[in-house]
Amino acid sequence: MAYPKAAPSSTTSGSPPSVKVILTETDLQRVVDRIAHQILEKTDGADGTVLLGIPTRGVPLAHRLATRIAAFEGVDVPVGVLDVTLYRDDLRLRATRALGPTNMPPGGIDGRRVILVDDVLFSGRTVRAALDALSDLGRPSSVQLAVIVDRGHRELPIRADYVGKNIPTARTESVKVTLAEIDGSDEVKLIGEELT
Amino acid sequence: MIKHLLSAADLDSQQAILVLDTAAELANISGREVKKLPTLRGRTVVNLFYEDSTRTRISFEAAAKRLSADVINFSAKGSSVSKGESLKDTALTLQAMGADAVVIRHPASGAPHRLASWVGGSVVNAGDGTHEHPTQALLDAYTMRSRLGRIAGLHVAIVGDVLHSRVARSNVLLLTTLGAKVTVVGPPTLIPVDVAPALSPDLQVSYDLDAVLPEVDVVMMLRVQRERMNDSFFPSTREYARRYGLDAQRMRRLPEHAIVMHPGPMVRGMEITPEVADSARSTIVEQVANGVSVRMAVLYLLLGGK
Repeated sequence: MAYPKAAPSSTTSGSPPSVKVILTETDLQRVVDRIAHQILEKTDGADGTVLLGIPTRGVPLAHRLATRIAAFEGVDVPVGVLDVTLYRDDLRLRATRALGPTNMPPGGIDGRRVILVDDVLFSGRTVRAALDALSDLGRPSSVQLAVIVDRGHRELPIRADYVGKNIPTARTESVKVTLAEIDGSDEVKLIGEELT
Repeated sequence: MIKHLLSAADLDSQQAILVLDTAAELANISGREVKKLPTLRGRTVVNLFYEDSTRTRISFEAAAKRLSADVINFSAKGSSVSKGESLKDTALTLQAMGADAVVIRHPASGAPHRLASWVGGSVVNAGDGTHEHPTQALLDAYTMRSRLGRIAGLHVAIVGDVLHSRVARSNVLLLTTLGAKVTVVGPPTLIPVDVAPALSPDLQVSYDLDAVLPEVDVVMMLRVQRERMNDSFFPSTREYARRYGLDAQRMRRLPEHAIVMHPGPMVRGMEITPEVADSARSTIVEQVANGVSVRMAVLYLLLGGK
């Protein structure tokens, strides 16, 4: 599967923001392995489970989880893609966003356990949009959430079932997950407030 | 993204491709059980139709409703227009009602451009006189891309009443932007003399349909717009059909992969025979289905953001 390559981030004026690496490539691998194990444990062998990646970076992560689950227990977990753009509540606050793809796994989601996969859990609004999108696509038996980083500052009553790492952050900081499939390398960085 | 869609020339190739890509994602919605998205909830789209229309009005209405916008249909018949209200006063009324987008069809070329300077919301041209019909061009381009896999490098023949056709004008503009080669074909009386330099320097003109057919990937038949003709442009229907109508025999001159398009409404027996219109090469029904997705994409891109 091909992912669009991300454009190199533009440098803005002012002094460069502080950058701290939180997870290295090896750390990220371990985190994915652990979440794969936790999914197997919590879902009793991942039977009747599908992984839905939220674009952009949730998609390769969902594929990685499926690959690890297959490697550990030989179970093939179907992977799909769920774009939530059309369900966002902040559409009017920004310029029009381009749509991502939505692909349901073969067999659909009706009556199955859906695990949403995303890179960072922040306000919870993306997950809220994903839940709305799911209810228009079918009726899963249950929905769970897996994220690599939970950075706090929730604005809605939403929590993740599987968390790679909890990182306390300030609102002004940002967490950037880069993945080999999209960005060329695996890393999680905490980017501090830009000093201007 | 642009604020209004008045002309197919408003879009550069990147924006046009964004519309087509967005339409491709939105097309999946029509295959779902719940064919509705909350995206434009609380937004109002007014369909302002001063001219008769079946598919365009229904298509815009379906598109707006699938995105959860409120739709107000306005047709000139049965409104204050028949009492003599001007376009400007109607526009100010719509403005006062808080229309976020106005979809307008008008018999006068340029009416949407005037409207755009009077209302605060977005204006979408759904056909103005003999001028332009950009969403038709977009849905035609979408249909070509989904059937043939690309647009750049295709050779498209647009055949018939080019003089009165807003579909032809918008298609020439959009298709050349997207890198296709376009040839307009028709009787000399129905092709404007300066069409090539006026629309696109690369536009080809031919008066011989049979010579063009073997070279094209797409042939787009246009309706002869009798209602706009106050002169005799050709001797008889029969003669027109013999020289510029697409029948089964003529269709066999097309390459194996070529498709036949028609923006509708068709006059069967005039520019196209029923046999051709209902053949496997014909995309006429597909064009209507694609119209809803493309108009959803246009409404989303105009209204979805800030």
